[in-house]
Amino acid sequence: MTTQVSAQAAPAAGTRPRGPRRRVTRRRMLVLAAQAATFIVIFGGWQLAAQAKIVDPFFFGEPSAIVSKLISWFAQGTPYGSLGTEIWVTLQEALLGFLFGVAGGVVLGVLLGQFRFLADVAGPYIKAANALPRIVLGSIFVVWLGLGTPSKVMLAAVLVFFVVFFNAFQGVREVDGNLIANVRVLGASRIQVIRNVILPSAMTWIIASLHVAFGFAVIGAIVGEFLGAQQGLGLMISQAQGQLDANGVFAAMLVIAVIALAAEWLIGLLERRLLAWRPQSRAESPQAA
Amino acid sequence: MRTNTPSDHRIEIAGVTKRFTTPEGTVFTALQDVTMTIEPGQFCAVVGPSGCGKSTTLTMVAGLDTASEGSVTVGGSPVSGISRGTSFMFQHDALLPWKTVLGNVAMGPLFHGTAKKTALADAREWLRVVGLAGFENHHPHQLSGGMRKRVALATALINEPRILLMDEPFGALDVQTKAIMSNELLTLWDQSRPSVIFVTHDLEEAIALADKVVVMSAGPGTVKEVFDIDLPRPRGSVQEIRFGERFGELHEQIWETLRDEVTRAYAQTAGAGPDPEGAAA
Ligand SMILES: Nc1ncnc2c1ncn2[C@@H]1O[C@H](COP(=O)(O)OP(=O)(O)OP(=O)(O)O)[C@@H](O)[C@H]1O
Ligand SMILES: [Mg+2]
Repeated sequence: MTTQVSAQAAPAAGTRPRGPRRRVTRRRMLVLAAQAATFIVIFGGWQLAAQAKIVDPFFFGEPSAIVSKLISWFAQGTPYGSLGTEIWVTLQEALLGFLFGVAGGVVLGVLLGQFRFLADVAGPYIKAANALPRIVLGSIFVVWLGLGTPSKVMLAAVLVFFVVFFNAFQGVREVDGNLIANVRVLGASRIQVIRNVILPSAMTWIIASLHVAFGFAVIGAIVGEFLGAQQGLGLMISQAQGQLDANGVFAAMLVIAVIALAAEWLIGLLERRLLAWRPQSRAESPQAA
Repeated sequence: MRTNTPSDHRIEIAGVTKRFTTPEGTVFTALQDVTMTIEPGQFCAVVGPSGCGKSTTLTMVAGLDTASEGSVTVGGSPVSGISRGTSFMFQHDALLPWKTVLGNVAMGPLFHGTAKKTALADAREWLRVVGLAGFENHHPHQLSGGMRKRVALATALINEPRILLMDEPFGALDVQTKAIMSNELLTLWDQSRPSVIFVTHDLEEAIALADKVVVMSAGPGTVKEVFDIDLPRPRGSVQEIRFGERFGELHEQIWETLRDEVTRAYAQTAGAGPDPEGAAA
């Protein structure tokens, strides 16, 4: 039995009795165990330190209090509405901002990447706009659009736009001229060249930017709520800050982190779907190093 | 679709000079006063040292670039941009890596407005013709170099070209695969008889396939000499034809011309040649 299994598992590397797959699972377990240990050391240490008053739990919070805060939000709701509503408000702002920002960034990036003249004209303005601390635009947007959702969406979209724009622009510039010549000779119109060559080619760059871009969308939504809002996770954080409620800040942070991780996972799925044509080697061995 | 009169796919390159502006801002003459005519349905091979402007010539016939001087006409009208009826197999792999083999081959008809279903059926048929039935859903990176060349060939032929431009299409293949592909190419060419310009650095391949071999010289590129290949058609297997007596004579004759060019060009680019004139200029 055992000989049979190992012979199957290691057909090529005959000298090694243990199959490569088994080594991979072992390594995975080890990594998981180390990650769990790290978690216990950090949060256990924090909890103990807070309980022993080595760090002041009033300023630094403590894990158990953060958890009970979360539970109370879940069970009794927050002062501004149920936790679900607060999450939904912020998520909606972030998602809408993300969508508008990505759409704008891709369209403008592809346009400027395609038309040299436009790029030369718009170049300095875009560089200047990029150099501004765009967060402060949030204040203007609140003045313009009020305390509701639109001002947050706008801020998130602006933050997302620049990340996506630069990547899309660069992606278009990096397209292999040979491929373009080939499809043009085959009869492609300008639009068909964009659809069949430029976009798919720039897609690698654009998708890479989406990971960062979603982070910026969340930042935009939260900061927008900081600056003035009636609902949302950002408002909860700023209120907790006003009451010197460290546990409240951390609890809201945790909720945001979960949202960000979920989004990251979704973008990863999208990436794998859209870039499925790429050779496997890179995707398959991220843990090789 | 094929309503061509025979003369509408003659290629005439007349007194063409092509200058490039180099990154340093100087002017570089790649082609100088190049003249050649490819009769309708003729198979013309072009040989010459690296950098003599073979690819540049094809680019202008394809309408991807324009001549600095002189004229390029196809079927009597000057080439001004890309025109339907011309296919180009590039020197470098130009398949779209994100499309399947089928998707790549179907592109031409789709760009020309053929219904999707018809285009895909055509593409399947062409893949079968080039011996790749069963690989429709592979992506280019999952194919061998020879298979990719077959896909590129199918992609070029599905548009039913009157003009077929091939830039070292089988350059990177091993001898056996190359021989097989050459035979297939001849068979396919014989079915629709497009005018072909076939760039190669393999003189035997040029003689085995072509009606006419153009030898170009470098620095700047010009036509050195044109040889008519009077081997009868059908040629049969390209592996065997090279043992014929006439083949040997032609080979010897053309090689003499080509060898001088290659040595001269190599000495120039390698900077090894004691060439005071070149240094002064
Ligand atoms: N876009 C360009 N800008 C500047 N110089 C160019 C450009 N394209 C080609 N050249 C120059 O023109 C000359 C001819 O190039 P070309 O690619 O036509 O050569 P070739 O005969 O096809 O060579 P090979 O057999 O190596 O493919 C080369 O010296 C090259 O450096
Ligand atoms: Mg070339």
